[in-house]
Order: sequence, then structure tokens, then C-alpha cells
Amino acid sequence: MPRRALLLKLLSAAILFGAWEVAGRIPVSYAFPTFIDSMRALLEMFADGTMIAAYAETLKPLAVGIAISAVLGIAIGLWVGLSSVFDWLFSPIFVVMQAAPLAALIPLLVLAYGIGLTSKVLVVCIMAMPVIVLNTSGAVRNTPESLKEMGRSFLASELSIILRIIIPAASPVIFAGLRLGISAGFIGAILAELKITPTGVGDIITFSRSIADYPSMYAAIFSIILLAVLFLNLLEKVETVLFEGNQRGYVSD
Amino acid sequence: MSQIEKLIMQPDPAALESAVSVRHISKNYGPVEALRDLSLEFPRGQLTSLLGPSGCGKTTLLKIIAGLLEPTSGEIEVNGRKVTGPGPDRAFVFQDFALMPWANVIRNVGFGLEMRGVPTSEREAIAERYIRQVGLAGFEKSYPHELSGGMRQRVGLARALAVDAEVLLMDEPFSAVDEQTRRKFQEDLLGLVQNENKTFIFVTHSIEEAVYVSDQIAILLPRPSRVHEIIRPSSFRNKGVDNIRRDPEYLDIVDQIWASLRSYVE
Repeated sequence: MPRRALLLKLLSAAILFGAWEVAGRIPVSYAFPTFIDSMRALLEMFADGTMIAAYAETLKPLAVGIAISAVLGIAIGLWVGLSSVFDWLFSPIFVVMQAAPLAALIPLLVLAYGIGLTSKVLVVCIMAMPVIVLNTSGAVRNTPESLKEMGRSFLASELSIILRIIIPAASPVIFAGLRLGISAGFIGAILAELKITPTGVGDIITFSRSIADYPSMYAAIFSIILLAVLFLNLLEKVETVLFEGNQRGYVSD
Repeated sequence: MSQIEKLIMQPDPAALESAVSVRHISKNYGPVEALRDLSLEFPRGQLTSLLGPSGCGKTTLLKIIAGLLEPTSGEIEVNGRKVTGPGPDRAFVFQDFALMPWANVIRNVGFGLEMRGVPTSEREAIAERYIRQVGLAGFEKSYPHELSGGMRQRVGLARALAVDAEVLLMDEPFSAVDEQTRRKFQEDLLGLVQNENKTFIFVTHSIEEAVYVSDQIAILLPRPSRVHEIIRPSSFRNKGVDNIRRDPEYLDIVDQIWASLRSYVE
């Protein structure tokens, strides 16, 4: 079964990249390179160190922002889910944050926090945190009543009920929120580099476009997507290790 | 009912020592009166069923005894001590099993011991013993989703037995399993009542099930709930599990209970 899942994944990648290659060869647009050209540009940029230097720059706001969003997001989510007062206080903020047109708000962030790391981290957080908070609080609120009663009747303390019952029971939805939040965080990191100051991967994208080096531009976009996919897969593995029985057999691999 | 009952009389209920006493319990949900001034004694070492139509408050009463719900007035005593919340003297078996899907069988069974601070190795040894007792040996490392409904409830039962509480509270434990599994459970339960020196309080909506497994049946009538009648079957308990269902007294009691409940079922 895992073999078949892997084969299917490879097949879907082959179809996607094949379609990309064909679209590049037609070409659908002068500004759309072929898959092979893009991969060649990607390898070249890795070989001469451009890409590595770029990621050293991009990963800073990304890693800091995602770490803050995950830790703080889950903590606030738990708090909001467990207490109706904090639900009233915090939920609206995150609903507004999630709905806000972030690109339009970036100039305000720059005014307040400058063009440095702080603003970029904030963009990542604004993208990533709301869905993590809202998923966590929703899942915590929906913990099956009978599981909580089970905990109480077997003499679990309040803290044990939170740690041993509520969090594991909410974990599938918390992880779903983390997946959505982290992919939004990746978008935020690139958005920040495009809209605030061109650094790192955002710089490669902007610069390559300005000199019409489209293979390099698409190579940079491809690399960030690839990184996001790899990271999300890693997250799924972590979830499987932590809460094995929760996957109930329908998670793919 | 027949004279047989009078010949093979069990001791007078009043003479039996009570493990659990329910005294003048009332429970209101806002303006709704769920239980009104309900009193009931549960003899030690015996199985008492709470039987009644749906909405008669039998589960509410069980949860009040468990300490999961607070009564509006009245008090519960377990072994002479007033109940203020859940305690080590009572263990609960849930209708929907309430197993933790992320934990395997041995961790589910050991949960109560874990919460009591029993060290891991000792806890696993005890859990393994009870897993074997309920007939799940070999499934220690399985997860709940890999088990059938009947097996899941065996896990729930093992978890309740593992903490070695004197009183076992069972909330319609067999209602979510199929008919054949249920019959096997009922037979096993009779063995359990006989071998373990525990007091069982068993909520059910099945008349046949109540008469089959109980030493004492409390019939509850709804709106607001009160104890309508207490029946103590006497003649068929020692005739073996295979003969109970065709014993004349068994059939009489089933009919008699249906006659008193019929008008409350819409």
C-alpha cells in the first residue's frame, strides 16, 4: 500500500512537470520557461551559492515567524478554547486578521516597524497565526464530552485532562491548522520579501524578472514550493509519531 | 407472581448491607425537574439495575452517584462516606466506550492507574492481567479503531476493573454492541458479579437484560423521576445461565415490568 501511494505521488509529479515542460515548449507565453530550463537554472544557482545565500536570508523571518505562530498560536488557541471569556476577547481579532487584505496593510507595518526583520516576521505571523488559533480553539471546544467525563471519573486532575485528553483529542485539527498556517507562512515570507525589501528568495524572483531571466525566476518560485511541501510532509510524520492511533487508517502514508 | 418466590426467599433487602445509598436526591436542569426526592439502596456485592423508559433520569442518577454531576439536593453515600465528586471507590463504564483513539489498548486500560500515579511497569502488569481477563490477550498494542464494538467495550470494562474500585457504574454498557455480543457480555457479567466482590450499578433500557443480569431491579418512571418499584428476582439466579431465559419467574417478571412501563412509552 505505501509503495502504491509513492508510485501515485511520483506519477502525479511526472504529469505536472510534463505539462509544465510542454507548456514551456509551445510556449504559452514568452515569459514562461520550460521545466528543464528552470531546473537547470536552479542547479546553477545552487552550484554558485546564490540560492544558499538567498535561503539563509529568507529562512530567518520564515523560521522565526513560524515558530512564534505555532507556539503562540496553539497556546492562545488552547486558552480561547478553554475559556469563554478569552473566546470573546481574542476570537474577533483573529477572524479579522484572517480576513484582512495583508498586502494592503504592509505599508502600515513598515511605517510602524521599519523595513527590517521585525516587519517580515510580523507578515509571516499575520499570515500563519489566525488559522492555527482558530483551528486549535475550535478543536478544544469540540472535545467529546464523554472523554472529559472519563478523565474526571478516573480521577484525572484538571491539568491532566488538558494534557492527556483535550490536546490529543484536538490534535488532528490542531495539525490541520498547523499545515494551513505554515503554508500561509511561506506565502507571507515571500510576500514580505516582494513588498518590503527585496532580500533572499524574493530578491531572486524580483531581480530575475527585471532582467527577463525567467528560468531563474521560476526556479526560485519552484524551490520555495518544494521546501514548503517537504516541510509539510515532515510535519505529517511528526503527527503520526506523536498520535499514532489518531490517524484511523485513512491518512495516505 | 408465583409462590416459588416466597419459598426461595432471599434475605430481606433491608437486612442487606448497602454499599451505596441514595438519599432524597433531586436534580433540576433550570426549570426542568429531572429527579425528585429519589431514595434507593444498593446492596453490597450485588448487581442493581436502573430500568426505565428513556428520559426517566437513570443516566443522570448514575452520573450523580459517580460524582460527575452535582445533585440539586440530597446526598449520596458510598461505604458510609458522602460523595462530593469522583472517587477511587467508584469506576465508570461508558455507553460510548470513551476510549482514547490515540492510545493503544494497554494505555487505555492503564489510564485510571496512571492517574493514580501507579508506576509504568506495575501499571502495565495490572493492565495486562485485566486485558487477559476480559479476553483480549494479544490485542495489547492494538488501537481502538482496529477493534470491533464489542472488543472496545471489553477495553472499557478492563479499564474500570483495573482500578479495583468497589463499585462499578455501568451506563448502558451493552447498548452499542450487536445482539450476539450482548448475550455473551450478559453471561460474562453474571460471572463477574459472582467472582468479583464488587457492587454493580447497571443502567439499561432493556427489560430482558435487566431481569437477566440483576439481583435487584429498580424501575424508574419519568417526569419527574421516582422509584416506582423494586423487584428482586429470586428463583432462577442459581439455575445456570442457560436456563434463565425459560424460567417461569423470569418470564413473569419481564411481563410484569412491561405492564408497568407500557403506558409511559409513546
